[in-house]
Amino acid sequence: MCGATEGGLSLAGVDVTKEAVIQGKVVRGGDPVGGAYVRLLDRTGEFTAEVPTSATGHFRFFAGDGDWTLRTLAPKAEPVDRKVRAAVGSVAEVEISL
Amino acid sequence: MSRENSLVSAQWVEEHLDDQNVVLIEVDEDTSSYDKGHIRGAIKLDWTTDLQDQVRRDFLNKEQFEALLSSHGVGNDHTVVLYGGNNNWFAAYAYWYFKLYGHQDVKLLDGGRKKWELDSRELTDEVPDRAATTYVAQEQDRSIRAFRDEVVAAIGSHNLVDVRSPDEYAGRLLAPAHLPQEQSQRAGHVPTSVNVPWSKNANDDGTFKSDEELQKLYAEVGFDESKDTIALCRIGERSSLTWFVLQELLGKKNVKNYDGSWTEYGSLVGVPIALGDEPGQADGKSA
Repeated sequence: MCGATEGGLSLAGVDVTKEAVIQGKVVRGGDPVGGAYVRLLDRTGEFTAEVPTSATGHFRFFAGDGDWTLRTLAPKAEPVDRKVRAAVGSVAEVEISL
Repeated sequence: MSRENSLVSAQWVEEHLDDQNVVLIEVDEDTSSYDKGHIRGAIKLDWTTDLQDQVRRDFLNKEQFEALLSSHGVGNDHTVVLYGGNNNWFAAYAYWYFKLYGHQDVKLLDGGRKKWELDSRELTDEVPDRAATTYVAQEQDRSIRAFRDEVVAAIGSHNLVDVRSPDEYAGRLLAPAHLPQEQSQRAGHVPTSVNVPWSKNANDDGTFKSDEELQKLYAEVGFDESKDTIALCRIGERSSLTWFVLQELLGKKNVKNYDGSWTEYGSLVGVPIALGDEPGQADGKSA
């Protein structure tokens, strides 16, 4: 999005010390993809949560300590899996390219 | 019930967009989704304001529900088709709610909003204007709604199906992972409840798996056909989806949804709680 601030989603209002945040952005050819579906799978591959991306392509989860997988579904694209490690008190930023 | 009576496809909805007898209703966890675009002709119900009493933790009473549907132009003879985001969690909750008040002809759009979007089908921001009706609801059908004392009494004797994610069931998370985790209640699950995450009912695109796959899923966790069943989750919406699968798709008898779910049970004083991945013993101790 033209003029958008580079970097992650604002964490205003989130108590990061108590949360294991996984957040990021879905892009296609460098442009943000809104309305994509990002799902969080646990260490066994089981579904844990799913969110649609915002108009700016952003998404966020509040996970727990450990290894997770982000699976992204979007119209006219193959699903994309990305591994991510989360820990309480930190923010894992992930950019997903379709 | 059966799949034909309770579920419609995106194609079916597209073919009935101009059918005056069909009322499309969007119900989302994210209550702003509708405003960003919805299926043409669909009206919106907000689960936090329209479907909840605003003082007590409870549903609308019969008169309030009648007033709500009348003002939105929903008639007793209309075919109500519900859909929403999050794989129809809140649409399934609304489906169960409509059944609770005795609406006869209600269906879910298979795959909900996600399937519609992934198919790149049309959305609009035009809000329909429907003429008011005089809706008459039935008394609540308590045969499909469980309360806390029934859940405590069901430990060790009924099929208790906890449909939250494995990490919530085990007590490693307190809420679905798209929500902040800080909560007041205790973590864990009702002892002897089995964990069948709601997501196992659905394909990645949000549509339901086949009856054969669903039947197998519950057989594998030892679902006892001779026993009554209570489904629960955190606030009763995901378990509405499992209630839908068990009673409406698979035709199982005596299935109730516990809408108090973990936010109530996990706050009760003195009830047993099991931690970890196993159902546990009735007293909450691990096997």
